[in-house]
Amino acid sequence: MSASGMERWSIAEITRRIAAGEVTAAQITEDALARIEKIDGELDAFLAVDAAGARSAAAGVDLLRTAGVALGPLAGVPIALKDMIVTKGVATTAGSKILEGWIPPYDATVVDRLKAAGAVILGKVNCDEFGMGSSTERSAYKPTKNPWDATRVPGGSSGGSSAAVAAALCTASLGTDTGGSIRQPAAFCGVVGIKPTYGRVSRWGIVAFASSLDQVGPLARSVADAAAVLQVIAGHDAHDSTSLVKDVPDFAAAITGDVKGLRVGLPKEYFAGELDAEVRASLDATIAALKDGGAELVEVSLPHTELALPAYYIVAPAEASSNLARYDGIRYGTRAEASDLLELYMKTRGAGFGPEVKRRIMLGTYALRSGYYDAYYKKAQQIRALIKRDFDEAFAKTDVLLTPTTPTPAFEFGAKSNPLEMYLGDIFTLACNLAGLPGMSVPCGFTAGGLPIGAQLLGKPLDEAVLFRTGAVIESAAALGDRRPALGGAA
Amino acid sequence: MTELAELLELWEPVIGLEVHVQLATRSKAFSPAGVVFGAPPNSLVDPTVLGLPGSLPVFNQAALALALKLGVATGSQIRAKSRFARKHYFYPDQPKNYQISQYDEPLCENGHLDVIIGGAVKRIKLTRIHLEEDAGKLTHVGAMSHVDLNRSGVPLVEVVSAPELTSSEEAAEFMRSLHRLVRWLEISEADMEKGQLRCDANVSVRLRGEDRLGTRTELKNINSFRFVQNAIDHEIARQLRLIDGGGRVERETRLWDADAGQSAPMRSKEEANDYRYFPDPDLPVLVVDGPTMGGILRAQPELPAARFQRYQEDIGLSADDARTMIGERALAEYFDATCKAHGMLKSGRTIANWILTELLGALNKAGKGIAESPMPPERLAALVRLVEDGTISGKIGKEVFEEAFAKGEEPGAIVERRGVQQISDEATLAAVVEEVVAASPKQTAEYQGGKDSLFGYFVGQVMKKTQGRANPVITTDLLKKRLGR
Amino acid sequence: MPALTRKEVEEIALLARLHLGEDELARMETELGAILEHFSSIAAVSTEGVAPMTHAVPIECPLRSDDVVTWTDAEQGLAGAPKREGDLIVVPAVIGGGE
Ligand SMILES: [Mg+2]
Ligand SMILES: [Zn+2]
Repeated sequence: MSASGMERWSIAEITRRIAAGEVTAAQITEDALARIEKIDGELDAFLAVDAAGARSAAAGVDLLRTAGVALGPLAGVPIALKDMIVTKGVATTAGSKILEGWIPPYDATVVDRLKAAGAVILGKVNCDEFGMGSSTERSAYKPTKNPWDATRVPGGSSGGSSAAVAAALCTASLGTDTGGSIRQPAAFCGVVGIKPTYGRVSRWGIVAFASSLDQVGPLARSVADAAAVLQVIAGHDAHDSTSLVKDVPDFAAAITGDVKGLRVGLPKEYFAGELDAEVRASLDATIAALKDGGAELVEVSLPHTELALPAYYIVAPAEASSNLARYDGIRYGTRAEASDLLELYMKTRGAGFGPEVKRRIMLGTYALRSGYYDAYYKKAQQIRALIKRDFDEAFAKTDVLLTPTTPTPAFEFGAKSNPLEMYLGDIFTLACNLAGLPGMSVPCGFTAGGLPIGAQLLGKPLDEAVLFRTGAVIESAAALGDRRPALGGAA
Repeated sequence: MTELAELLELWEPVIGLEVHVQLATRSKAFSPAGVVFGAPPNSLVDPTVLGLPGSLPVFNQAALALALKLGVATGSQIRAKSRFARKHYFYPDQPKNYQISQYDEPLCENGHLDVIIGGAVKRIKLTRIHLEEDAGKLTHVGAMSHVDLNRSGVPLVEVVSAPELTSSEEAAEFMRSLHRLVRWLEISEADMEKGQLRCDANVSVRLRGEDRLGTRTELKNINSFRFVQNAIDHEIARQLRLIDGGGRVERETRLWDADAGQSAPMRSKEEANDYRYFPDPDLPVLVVDGPTMGGILRAQPELPAARFQRYQEDIGLSADDARTMIGERALAEYFDATCKAHGMLKSGRTIANWILTELLGALNKAGKGIAESPMPPERLAALVRLVEDGTISGKIGKEVFEEAFAKGEEPGAIVERRGVQQISDEATLAAVVEEVVAASPKQTAEYQGGKDSLFGYFVGQVMKKTQGRANPVITTDLLKKRLGR
Repeated sequence: MPALTRKEVEEIALLARLHLGEDELARMETELGAILEHFSSIAAVSTEGVAPMTHAVPIECPLRSDDVVTWTDAEQGLAGAPKREGDLIVVPAVIGGGE
């Protein structure tokens, strides 16, 4: 337990207490830094702690409060950022050796907005290299451990973000989600994670993995906290040509505690096949709770579900092979010794990228070659249209879809050494990105062995509100609020 | 070895051009970094220009408007929805290692460029005009190259002609016509020395009468009008000699070295590029709406080739004069404005003469451009009218021109003030003639005795007495009558 | 769709400018082959007349007005270059032109 007890506080509690003068932002920041110092050795969630930046942000909040200036909605809230998010003056590596030592000269839009809202940014957290992975084992620096079981992965690629939140090293974090990279680690670590509608949150300053799929979103310990963070980072940004010019509704207002009359679709393809029995049982309980709450359950079909995996693993690597072409050791990052230009490119990239990144660059380069484009990339984008069509039809008769987030709970380190096996773990989360929909993972139970289980909610484009509404009801029905991982020697 | 001229009787060169034109915007194509020629190295950069992780492109409205102007002026089909694509190749002048360009859905297709060749206009088909971003600049220093990204991201259009040019002269005229057109439309300054207009040429030869195209080579780095002709001539000769020697033309890219006056293959075949084009996911579909198109159509000026033809057909200018007159839009507009102020179509040639000799001469001496002419078209028209209606003589007209040019005064006022109106009244002139004859008995006798050369003396005396204002035609007439010869 | 040959793997690695060691090349050949094999199911999917979905949300390209913004952190932007000479970035000599 920290001096303030901040590790148990919600965002509302922190901002209320700071506003009331019961605690200072500086105290909360010191407690958070102390927790990181004490606990992160067990987890390896952080790649860089920006103590000076955090302290100065906290001091700024305290100064404003004493001056009587109205505080921002996240004033004094400690937040960690996935290392895919560019931070001015703070090293950003995207989990890759090729960017080692790079100090960005600018801030991502989401960072600007968090700072303007008074958030205290503690530092950068670990991820699979360039977001490519589902376990953080593909980080070039270190794997992050699952706070609930250190022999297991925290999920990925936003594994540092989910572990840091679950271990209360921060109140909330940002992750990025290209095929499930927020929702899957949220499920594995027992936290709430949202991938917003594509275009809802600016990608300016987000290290690109697959541009047509990437979105930034919050991970937090409650639905309400996630809503508060998304509220701040969402909204149009002129720096991003794919940013949507749409008003952002009041997400907190969507949390009514009620699902009466809500049509919840259950896509049958997501409940068939090899679903872990405990995951299945937990989902059944969630379905029952929603029914009790007055929701109308509707079975729906998304017939192209099986094709999401191949479509995704063509589109995402293709775009990645293009986005990652810029890492060549010329303008930033590491450069290999070479006597000519071709050698410089080959060696820099050969040494700077890890095996998973190389694999995807190879796959993507293959798919985009002339003569192969139609059979792979174009075909995959057509399948993507079919997948989107499935969702449109399902949403014609439902308001929200409920599925498991992952087929299994968190797996052990090294359990998925075959890349294809790792890819197959993403089958429930990929389609959401392909279709550009908003998705959330909300904790809905635990296995007998004490591993968290997540339920996934998918909404219509721009309807994050329905995720918050439904997610909050699942959250209160599951009543897992007091359950915390045992860390730092505490029980 | 067969003579080149002989080979050319048998073989026909076929040339297609790909011309890159920098668009005259203030900021770059996909970010707000400035565009300034000659700025300190790497000063015109921002996260997008440097291709920093997380940076994104946002397209410049002015670049679209300029490209559309060219599309409309070339009669191209404009795509309501066009698309940006990424073209991949690794090169240090290209920060992202891909170029944002357009591929299978370009902004403009199936247009044409009216190329002025001699006195005629030849219409050359344009396959496409697409938008893209420029690369940075490399300077080679020993074993190293220096990268300056100031030019990186400057908006370009790439204008691609059909292979319809049949000589290096035609290719050079294509370039001149395009150069004239983009300057005319204020799309680009198109200064070749500054690299604002650059040309690659696809060259092949085929037997005359054959329809199919031969294997082509692509010549890169052609950076002046003179080089266009030299490089293509050199390549045609190289291909013909190769064929004549029993060889075959290989499909390859060759780099023109203007200093050496020759070309060399650019990259080896093992390194053959596969650009892996795909739609840029960072840039949604580029939509051109009706109002935008309407605005551009309405603002379209009369184009140089059309004026070139009109000046010859309607006004009767020679091809040379017509070409000079369309050398610059401001000059052609000055000419048209003068003709309009004057009001008589048949005076066009006279007006053109005044402009091409007096006005351009004076401007040249003053170091001024036509746009800064101190003599507005209305004044020049008035002056021409004063000469035509006999108010002043042509000789006086030139003096009045000089004064009007120098002082910015109305020609009519100058004539009035200086009292230099021509005297055409017969009675007045007859009196002067009488005076002169009376005062020159010796000369009169000699002239009447057969010394014809003295006639000039009498004309001179009349001019002297009238301060040069006597109408020369009437004066001559009266003198002849009075002297009886 | 045929499995990948070693030669193809080498060609792709060159296109992607990735130096791969012998063992990496061998691994790529089997792993990529297996992945492509697994994905071969897409060939059978009928997609005739289906427009490829290039963007997750159908929007039009926004246009920026042609205003210059001078980046005040340009020096910091260049500071990350591994090799520089003054304001210029230095690379091993390149001959010829790009595109
Ligand atoms: Mg070209
Ligand atoms: Zn081009």
